[in-house]
Amino acid sequence: MREDIDRLIAEGAADAAARALSEMWRADPGPQAAGFVVSRFEKLRESVSLMPYRLAILRSFTVEPVVPVLRAAAFVGGIDLTVQLGDFNAYPQEILDAGSSLYSFEPQAVILAAQSYETNSLRGWLKVFRERSTAHLILHTVESSVTPARGVLDSQTAEGEWDATQRLNRELREIAREFRGVYVLDYDALVSRYGRESWRDERKWLTMRMPVAAAHLIHLAQEWMRFLHPLTGKIAKVLAVDLDNTVWGGVIGEDGMEGIQLGAEYPGAAFQALQRVMLDFYERGILLAVCSKNNPQDALEAIDNHPGMLVQRRHLACLKINWAEKPQNLREIAHELNVGLDSLAFVDDNPVERQHVREQAPEVMVIDLPASPMGYARALRDAPVFERLSLSEEDAQRGEYYAAERERKELQQTSGSPEEFYRSLQQELEVAPVTPMTLARVAQLTQKTNQFNVTTRRYSEQEIAAMDSKRVYSLRVRDRYCDNGLVGVAIVEDQGEVCEIDTLLLSCRVIGRTVETAFLSRLAAEASGRGIRRLEGWFLPTRKNAPAKDFFVKHGFERVEENGEGSRWSYDLSKPMACPDWIRFV
Amino acid sequence: MSILDQVRTAAADVLRVPPEKITEASTPEDIESWDSVEHLNLILALETQFGIEFDPEEIERMKSIGHIASLVESKAG
Repeated sequence: MREDIDRLIAEGAADAAARALSEMWRADPGPQAAGFVVSRFEKLRESVSLMPYRLAILRSFTVEPVVPVLRAAAFVGGIDLTVQLGDFNAYPQEILDAGSSLYSFEPQAVILAAQSYETNSLRGWLKVFRERSTAHLILHTVESSVTPARGVLDSQTAEGEWDATQRLNRELREIAREFRGVYVLDYDALVSRYGRESWRDERKWLTMRMPVAAAHLIHLAQEWMRFLHPLTGKIAKVLAVDLDNTVWGGVIGEDGMEGIQLGAEYPGAAFQALQRVMLDFYERGILLAVCSKNNPQDALEAIDNHPGMLVQRRHLACLKINWAEKPQNLREIAHELNVGLDSLAFVDDNPVERQHVREQAPEVMVIDLPASPMGYARALRDAPVFERLSLSEEDAQRGEYYAAERERKELQQTSGSPEEFYRSLQQELEVAPVTPMTLARVAQLTQKTNQFNVTTRRYSEQEIAAMDSKRVYSLRVRDRYCDNGLVGVAIVEDQGEVCEIDTLLLSCRVIGRTVETAFLSRLAAEASGRGIRRLEGWFLPTRKNAPAKDFFVKHGFERVEENGEGSRWSYDLSKPMACPDWIRFV
Repeated sequence: MSILDQVRTAAADVLRVPPEKITEASTPEDIESWDSVEHLNLILALETQFGIEFDPEEIERMKSIGHIASLVESKAG
């Protein structure tokens, strides 16, 4: 295996080498494979797509051995992590000293892993940290003792150790909620999940101040990855599922409605457990799609009428039930839902289909399932690409929007001219300055919008909250079908006679409906009202933002500059910019 | 693969040197990247790979790849 991988690297077959390394890691992740996986991925840096990310770890115990394991897991997840460790127990100074290595490292995320906290001091440190850095912070809770000092007496008094730890951890959650971009990692729950006795290695603790047994380093690294995936945006927006032997037991085309296994009793219960995970993901704003080789009428009959189905047709944003190859169907799902292929996760009981997708559609995140259906639900729940660190109103309703979108498409097919269609949508736009209520969604849009985005500048909540001279606008769009929610952001800055467009983006949900024209005309009118003469901005091309390529030229901007990174466009505000008369501002 | 070869491979992975550079006689003095952190990482890699545990005294006394391999052999065997 190792020789094969080194041969692939030497031959320049980078994608195949990365696939083989990922396979090796998934088969047996941990310290024994970490060194190899990390060193080989480092050789592939230039040739495979990896997201660089900077992580600082502040700690009160030895975490050095977790670092290679974490970096290996991150590489396999598409993230190239640079990790800096703070000194033992030095985190108060590191946070308080503006010149410390913590700040000069410029981390994008910081893990604070201490074994005890004094909460008043902690609150003060976090305040200072928030003033100095826009990095996300992941705060570990404190581990309960296996052997309280007072033995069984501990539970007989109000001041027991166990109670004190629980109180402290509750307070840590409250403190975290007081700050933007501070998240809690429930370390105590993590340890209890794997068993306190087996988690702790007394020998390593007493000799090296490392409280985690070798076998559990991987579990700590995996828990960190559950935060790093949403923080880096390496997440699945869509879950595409196979049907036969995945969503139900058996093959619908052969076993029929009475023959497939799906219901409250075993073996059908294992498949209901998986469907329950799908519905939980739906609530998180993850779209559900079907990708199945079947006769459509057989499969739809089961989806619509089988009494054991928990997932209903109204939960499904896209259905591809045919005999085409799965990589092709996944591409079509991505296209129809207006997301990149790298936003799709795919789950299938058949390892051959999984391998096929890994080879033919390598951007797709393929979720491995164990041999027994009883492990399916857990495998999905453990996949870090479905984790979210915050939920906006839009996330919770996303599935419904997409169902409405299907209806809209049907209407478009029955309308004559584009104008008739636009008019029939009865669109209402609301443009408003960012508020504390909308800040999270605005930041999320800058981080996640890839397609209609002229500059693709990513901002955290903290960074947007700290914008003093810039104007940050959110855009809400309603139509006859639904309230689409906050679907656009513009960030502009007046510089003398020029209003500079720093950011202008629209969620793919509202592309192709002239919303961008109305939004821009509103920005132009406001700038004009402030006495500004020209509206200017960059178009910075990326692999994904082709939908925004002609945005400036279509709206009468003139190109004034072009360099290796992009083109600069200018609009003379003495000519008013027209707003489509089928759109109403509220 | 013999236990010695498995230990050599594990050391090559952790210390990031080609496997042929690691011999039975290799010691921390010979290999620049073999510092105390990587020593701990090597111990943990071997403990997970073979499902064994080393005593603190053993960890401190490990002098060469050959010595480590014989310790692994006595525990895993």
